[in-house]
Amino acid sequence: MTTRIDARFAELKQQGRSAFVTFVMAGDPDAKTSLDILKALPKAGADVIEIGMPFTDPMADGPSIQAAGLRALKGGMTLRKTLAMVRDFRKDDNATPIVLMGYYNPIYIYGVDSFLADAKEAGVDGLIIVDLPPEEDTELCIPAMKAGLNFIRLATPTTDDKRLPAVLANTSGFVYYVSITGITGAATADSNAVSEAVARIKRHTRLPVCVGFGIRTPDTARAIAENANGAVVGTAIVDVVRGSLDAEGRATPKTVPAVADLVSTLAQGVRGAKQAAE
Amino acid sequence: MNPNLPNSFRSGPDERGHFGIFGGRFVAETLMPLILDLEKAYADAKADPAFQAEMNVYLKDYVGRPSPLYFAERLTEHLGGAKIYLKREELNHTGSHKVNNVLGQIMVARRMGKKRIIAETGAGQHGVATATLCARFGLECVVYMGAVDVERQQPNVIRMEMLGATVVPVQSGARTLKDAMNDALRDWVTNVHNTFYCIGTVAGPHPYPMMVRDFQSIIGHETRKQMQEAEGRLPDSLVACIGGGSNAMGLFHPFLDDPSVEIFGVEAAGHGLTQLHAASLAGGRPGVLHGNRTYLLMDADGQIEEAHSISAGLDYPGIGPEHAWLHETGRVKYLSATDEEALAAFQLLSRLEGIIPALESAHAIAKLSELAPQRPKDHLMVVNLSGRGDKDVPQVGDILKGRKK
Ligand SMILES: Cc1ncc(COP(=O)(O)O)c(C=O)c1O
Repeated sequence: MTTRIDARFAELKQQGRSAFVTFVMAGDPDAKTSLDILKALPKAGADVIEIGMPFTDPMADGPSIQAAGLRALKGGMTLRKTLAMVRDFRKDDNATPIVLMGYYNPIYIYGVDSFLADAKEAGVDGLIIVDLPPEEDTELCIPAMKAGLNFIRLATPTTDDKRLPAVLANTSGFVYYVSITGITGAATADSNAVSEAVARIKRHTRLPVCVGFGIRTPDTARAIAENANGAVVGTAIVDVVRGSLDAEGRATPKTVPAVADLVSTLAQGVRGAKQAAE
Repeated sequence: MNPNLPNSFRSGPDERGHFGIFGGRFVAETLMPLILDLEKAYADAKADPAFQAEMNVYLKDYVGRPSPLYFAERLTEHLGGAKIYLKREELNHTGSHKVNNVLGQIMVARRMGKKRIIAETGAGQHGVATATLCARFGLECVVYMGAVDVERQQPNVIRMEMLGATVVPVQSGARTLKDAMNDALRDWVTNVHNTFYCIGTVAGPHPYPMMVRDFQSIIGHETRKQMQEAEGRLPDSLVACIGGGSNAMGLFHPFLDDPSVEIFGVEAAGHGLTQLHAASLAGGRPGVLHGNRTYLLMDADGQIEEAHSISAGLDYPGIGPEHAWLHETGRVKYLSATDEEALAAFQLLSRLEGIIPALESAHAIAKLSELAPQRPKDHLMVVNLSGRGDKDVPQVGDILKGRKK
């Protein structure tokens, strides 16, 4: 079965370039602005969109993304509303892949089966769930595959050759390589170490490999995109959202254009890269 | 009560770290290789007689074990029912049961060659125990503590710093124990190569709930032996307070397969179960947080709610997964005590027995006024006195002074 994610990576391969993957937090700073940001992303150059599902206790995220999640929750964001937002986005865009990223508890409480059915119906293509390693595949990964959603797994610098096959076994769509040991927004990715790691992963899989954590500038994005099939930027975008808010934390007329500007600058970085080796 | 009762309540967890549906390993991929290493290192240590022998030396000469089992005559008279014994974990070096577990984990960390230890702490007792053993073995120690708890448990913050540890006040979320645990996990993900995370209770990803339980089970093993010596038989009931549940698990575990022994855990009911509290079994439901599935306080959307207790050590929205399972099987009965009940018990034990308990332990003492009078005079009841109240003297002093005015 070909998913939107498969189709998008096939298309990019034909064009000879890597993907630019953007991360935004659902409902940050409010539901309407968040939908407007979402709609602006493809036009600004995003090839794949990751949407954060806000959670009170995001253990693998740094202060920026944590704060974005709390802003969204304060504005009344829920998992149900996140799915509604994807449904609205799909009215105008049936091609850009949407990946939901977050933690397991809100999904577990929603109910795995109803969540998967509703997510699929809303137009979600894949899931990245930070706290579900392969050891817990029966929880969500296997049911998601059966429901026709890609389950995208994180590989990290601590995932050695011995463990990689377990991590890749039920992964589909793409592999997300976390370029640092650490939380989002902390260190800067070292493109040499990353290119070695990507080459290592590619010895084990034919799936595209996208790299995230620690990419903030067009130059880093370009350097990463030369070696990987995609570069993911999250914290830098979330920081621009925060920087555009008024003193009470509300969206301003600057919010959506500021995000679009940053995304197009970063997209130019990615598009300037040579095609990643297959 | 679950109709499919197991043959033994003591055989868990299974090889994937599950107690029934609870437990598991819900952590970021970065940590998984280390957690698998830890599982192996702990299994090796457990099978190595030299490890146990070395532990025993420190347990005896450094911690001060065995802790006494003391017959509380005046408390027994006052309540007019069961014969009440106190298991004196408050007499351990560092002032609580926490040291039993920390000693064990630090010995495992040494075997794994880790030089940097991190921990989270609520009341500060786990932090103090960790700082103490890091000092003893020359290890770097960083303790995450909610900024609110840093305020209300000043004596322990000072102690940790005197012992050479770095205390990091956590400013995120409710700034209490849950948030300290999040930040400790963030540190661990970042420094996974050289860092050992010393978890303070029977929670977190497998193998922590099992490993911490094993290290704390010395409490129950000693109690069995001491009660045999004192009364020639097993106790009839056990009572312990529950934060994450480690002092309770330690006392309970060796008795789980003795059907004659009634077992009671006491959660913190804070301002009351319909208001702000920390009773995750009474007021929560199963969810996934901090590496395990267990009962949690949360809203309808699965967002974790803030817990409240007068006692910083019980102020956590979850509970160890083995307790969640013991609750669902019905083997252990879980009760709760409010802030007010704990304060009253704090004063009662101080006045009647000359023992100032930790506010945490006072929650267990508080339930004796319900449990003991209903039972016959030959009923043998053991209450775990998990810690001493030195750390709570300023806080309780302020509260009582405020009331006199
Ligand atoms: C004296 C004392 N008792 C009990 C607890 C609660 O922890 P647990 O339920 O893991 O024993 C604490 C935690 O800080 C404590 O300091």
